Amino acid sequence: MSMAIALDVRNVWWRETLTIVRDPFSLIFSLLQPLVFLGLFGPLLSGLAGNGELFGGSSLQWFLPGVVVMITMFGTSMTGANLQFEIMTGAFERMLATPLSRTSLMVGRALKELTPLVVQALIVTLVAIPFGFVLYPLHVLVGLLMLGIFGVGVGALSYALAIAARKTEWIFWAVQQSLLFPLLILSGMMLPLETGPGWMQVASKVNPLTYIVDAERVLFSGTLASPTVAWGFVAAVVTAAVGLFVGIRSIRTATI
Amino acid sequence: MIHTDALARTFTVGKERVEAVRGIDLDVAEGELVAFLGPNGAGKSTTLRMLTSLLPPTSGTAQVAGIDVVAEPAEVRRRIGYIGQKDGAGHNYRVWDELLMQGRFYGMSKADAVASGSELLASLDLEGLRTRKVSSLSGGQKRRLDIALGLIHKPGLLFLDEPSTGMDPQNRANLWEHILRIREERGTTILLTTHYLDEADQMAERVVIVDHGRIIADDTADALKRKQAGDRLTVVVRPDQADTAQTLLATEGAEPASRPDADGVALSVRVEAASHAMPGVLERLRAAGVDVVAASAHRPTLDDVFLNLTGRSLREGE
Repeated sequence: MSMAIALDVRNVWWRETLTIVRDPFSLIFSLLQPLVFLGLFGPLLSGLAGNGELFGGSSLQWFLPGVVVMITMFGTSMTGANLQFEIMTGAFERMLATPLSRTSLMVGRALKELTPLVVQALIVTLVAIPFGFVLYPLHVLVGLLMLGIFGVGVGALSYALAIAARKTEWIFWAVQQSLLFPLLILSGMMLPLETGPGWMQVASKVNPLTYIVDAERVLFSGTLASPTVAWGFVAAVVTAAVGLFVGIRSIRTATI
Repeated sequence: MIHTDALARTFTVGKERVEAVRGIDLDVAEGELVAFLGPNGAGKSTTLRMLTSLLPPTSGTAQVAGIDVVAEPAEVRRRIGYIGQKDGAGHNYRVWDELLMQGRFYGMSKADAVASGSELLASLDLEGLRTRKVSSLSGGQKRRLDIALGLIHKPGLLFLDEPSTGMDPQNRANLWEHILRIREERGTTILLTTHYLDEADQMAERVVIVDHGRIIADDTADALKRKQAGDRLTVVVRPDQADTAQTLLATEGAEPASRPDADGVALSVRVEAASHAMPGVLERLRAAGVDVVAASAHRPTLDDVFLNLTGRSLREGE
């Protein structure tokens, strides 16, 4: 049974990924985005922090994991946008009428949004090395695995949002945009929250993304055995479970 | 192939309960070609979505290809083909990629999908379009690709939801040529919905008329027309002779079929075998001194059947 689902996931993922395979130039723009952040935002951070004491050493080491989390959020929260297009044109209904498991429809699509992430993360990291970024390959790999689990959850939620907003397209964008940036900022991804007001710190504690960002920073700095990493995995698994539950429910109850 | 028992579906829209389908009992045998005919909103598509397991019924049961749609929806989907109203192929994809992946979705091996896909492309006049992007296809090509997607796994039962809506007459005829040929070759059982009268009339061997979520008639098109409508004759007479003519044809249930105008008044008469009855009727009118300006014989259409059953015309909604 689970073998069959894995095969379904692979097939859905591959169909989605074919859009990149057949048109690889679309990837270039998604590669530029994190580089722009790193190149234009990174220097400002190190200037802000003087010699980087705020970031516990190198600001690059601190900022880069945040950028990787950010591109994960950008990518996977878009899962629903592609779906919405296919709900509109009819391809989604055609796929619903096949024996594909409902879970695979979501997971496969979320994984496709994560596929470029691996390439993006690799390039960002390689570019950062000459500027003093220290690479711990195994730790980064564990970090990407955590982001993969988390990304499937975010993708599934985005998927459910697209189904809920299938009749009014702009609602999807309104909700996606108005959630994305507060979540990113309140996770301390761009700027450390330690200097922020108390309410922001409280808000960041209930933001699952905070635990992911913190865990990625610990991993990228070369530490594996840390409670922060464990909490990151908890946040990722909980997000994935909630996302899949909500997503599957929305497929079952909605009439596309 | 299909057996339903009091199949029903209710939607809640806001605070209102809408009974889209109110108890459908239907049996379709292997090899049949059945058309669901009815106005928009009659419950055709909702019924189809329940039969294809895309929508769970509120009550009642349905066995499709021998499988219960509620208990084992994935098993039902494995055995049927479904072609919806919109474009099945993703606009950003290539024709051949979509076709192969569709085969994989049904659990076919790559070799099987390639063989079946090639066969379908050739038989649906799509050969040569393999690497074309779906968004660049014409409407007719897209529709034929939908047929290929629906048949890639060689299902014994095919559902078509409004297959030719929005197509021009030439493309419709072409599409039907393909559907009927494939049916001939494969012995596929087909259930389709349509609101085109002529489509149901010409293509289907059995017409199921649906209105307000219920089946109100179920027979061959010919039998429906014979039993429910019957032939009609229309004679146009001078306005001042209309009363005389109507009295004369009272036994045939003559009634005015139009408002009087400069040409005269049209009277409609129900008869058996209109062409044969025409000379006799004209003779009787002439003998009574009525001048007949024009006369015509009507074979009934399925619209006449629908009108007779519901008091409404199917064309009104178009």
